[in-house]
Amino acid sequence: MSVVRRLRRRTLARVVTVACGLAVAVAAIAVYSLSLGEIDIPAADVVNALLGLDDGGSAYIVNELRLPRALVAVLAGAAFGMSGAIFQSLVRNPLASPDIIGVTAGAGAAAVVALLLFGWSGVAVSAAALVGALATAASIYLLAWRDGVTGGRLVVIGIAMAAMLTGIVSFTMTRADVYDARDALVWLTGSLNAKTWATVRILAPALAVLFALALPATRWLRALRMSDEAARGIGVPVERARLGLIAIAVALAAVATAAVGPVAFVAFVSGPIARRLTGPGGHTALVPAALVGALVLSAADLVAQHAVASTAFPVGVVTAIVGAPYLLWLLARTGRE
Amino acid sequence: MSRTLDPARPVTTATSRRSRRGLLIGLAALFAALLTVSVLSVAVGAQSVPLATVADALRDLHSDDTAHQIVAGRLPRLAAGLLVGVALGLAGAIMQGVTRNPLADPGLLGVNAGASLAVVVAINVFGITTAAGYIWFGFAGATLVAVLVYGVASFGRDGATPVKLLLAGAAIGAALISITTAVLLTDATTFNQYRFWTVGSLAGRRWDLIAQVAPFVLAGAVAALLTGRLLNTLSLGEEVARGLGQRVHLARVTAAAAAVVLCGAATAIAGPIWFVGLLVPHIARQFTGPDHRWILPYSMLLAPVLLLASDVLGRVMAPPGEVQAGIVLSFIGAPFLIALMRRRRAAAA
Repeated sequence: MSVVRRLRRRTLARVVTVACGLAVAVAAIAVYSLSLGEIDIPAADVVNALLGLDDGGSAYIVNELRLPRALVAVLAGAAFGMSGAIFQSLVRNPLASPDIIGVTAGAGAAAVVALLLFGWSGVAVSAAALVGALATAASIYLLAWRDGVTGGRLVVIGIAMAAMLTGIVSFTMTRADVYDARDALVWLTGSLNAKTWATVRILAPALAVLFALALPATRWLRALRMSDEAARGIGVPVERARLGLIAIAVALAAVATAAVGPVAFVAFVSGPIARRLTGPGGHTALVPAALVGALVLSAADLVAQHAVASTAFPVGVVTAIVGAPYLLWLLARTGRE
Repeated sequence: MSRTLDPARPVTTATSRRSRRGLLIGLAALFAALLTVSVLSVAVGAQSVPLATVADALRDLHSDDTAHQIVAGRLPRLAAGLLVGVALGLAGAIMQGVTRNPLADPGLLGVNAGASLAVVVAINVFGITTAAGYIWFGFAGATLVAVLVYGVASFGRDGATPVKLLLAGAAIGAALISITTAVLLTDATTFNQYRFWTVGSLAGRRWDLIAQVAPFVLAGAVAALLTGRLLNTLSLGEEVARGLGQRVHLARVTAAAAAVVLCGAATAIAGPIWFVGLLVPHIARQFTGPDHRWILPYSMLLAPVLLLASDVLGRVMAPPGEVQAGIVLSFIGAPFLIALMRRRRAAAA
């Protein structure tokens, strides 16, 4: 008994260390990204501006113009990361992240229809995306229900729904003017452009609630990760727990997608990276996964903004180009073990 | 129900002998259906042409009469539909046979996404604009992704289960589509071409494109039809097949090569079309049972019927515009896949 406890304590210590390290890294990237732009501001001045010790022109640039973008990157990244980690543990497969099994496809289809057919913009598009993601997730869940939901059935039905939604997106794109279609393509890639405090004010409380709900549910996740029988054996209400966890994960992905678009692979890579850092036993560590997500999205946006001097790419371009080879490497590695 | 969902079930000689005549009649019926749909595909559209005029027009294609010109204009579309249908039906049947996986489909396994990315790269990076040039890129992309997806899904203890294969295909497909998008964002001209190509359509295909791709479809189709016996042996399981003197790897590679050529050719003509390769072999198996020597020809005739019917349906659905065949098919195919999944008793995760 004491061996188990010691092991668990050691795992916990490692998870905490990793989480602290990641938090520092996220903060560093954020400060660095706040210092870059048309006018470069030294990191010390950035910190002063953030702490309110300086209220000159550079403080305005940092706090009003650049900070919202950095905060949205951290928040949305964290939401994607946590959502992916929950899905991957529930389905017990590292490939099952919300962007692959159809949830973000629903958001994308709703947003493209709103943008191109109804000519909406701004918050209305985000609202449409949110509704699209939630409705898609609900239909996937209901269609997969048959005396309970198995991971495999959920995945295949999600992929089928995603295929149908992709059809809607492609069709709508052919009906639109080429410039509008390009705007829609940017949205579909995922972008942090033009994020203001208004976005942060909606995103932050919504995610705070969801994070607060997700953390206590981790112990269910730990049980469900092993097997349904094992979970039932230690008194977890399997179907109810699974529905609750799916609902939280879907809501996280939906809110983040509504804010920044379906940025590829952030949800997908965060869980496995976090697991690698926390070592065995950290399978269901949601906080490190969220922090990895925040780190990935912030770093990717930094690269997208400043890597090529003349053009700023949407952040999704970078996550896709980095994420795709990582996916292959990850798959090759898990295969060998 | 388990019979249709399990292509790996051994072939019993009793069933094939009992129903051989029935199967031949079925094949003839399918051929008749194909002829009917073909005629409809020429006659129906934004401006419909009476059947008698169609017959007239086919005899004299170069007449100045408007109706005759409409018919002549729809012929390449029909040819494209026939070629793409044949290719996708056979490719789907082979993929389901080789992987012993009822959920295999070139679209769902990401093979089409591979061909798409390769074609976009060919147009954007290498400036290739003729189909004869980029079809090779399409083949290369399709091959690479097919190998990759199957390889990735085979990792792990229980090998390439249906769900793992589908998930690997979806993941790799998502990666490829993201990269394609990244390329397109930098290049408005290519994007403008791509968005009309990626819906999967038979409209506006020209004779020169069809003539360039047709030899690949024909070669692939002949090779595919010859793999029936191979697939039957493979369906008995790897050990049994090896015991019967089958060179399992060689058999797999031959059949897969035919499937990849067919997918690449179909994608070069019509763009990525999903679900034909999934649906058609399932319907075919309802009639033929598990014998691949029958599944293959049935799929070959059934797929163009489905594709041309979807194309005609898309033309009459929203006049004066039209809904592309690829879109119609994804709305038929996705519910089919969902229903299939709900009927499976135990879904392997």
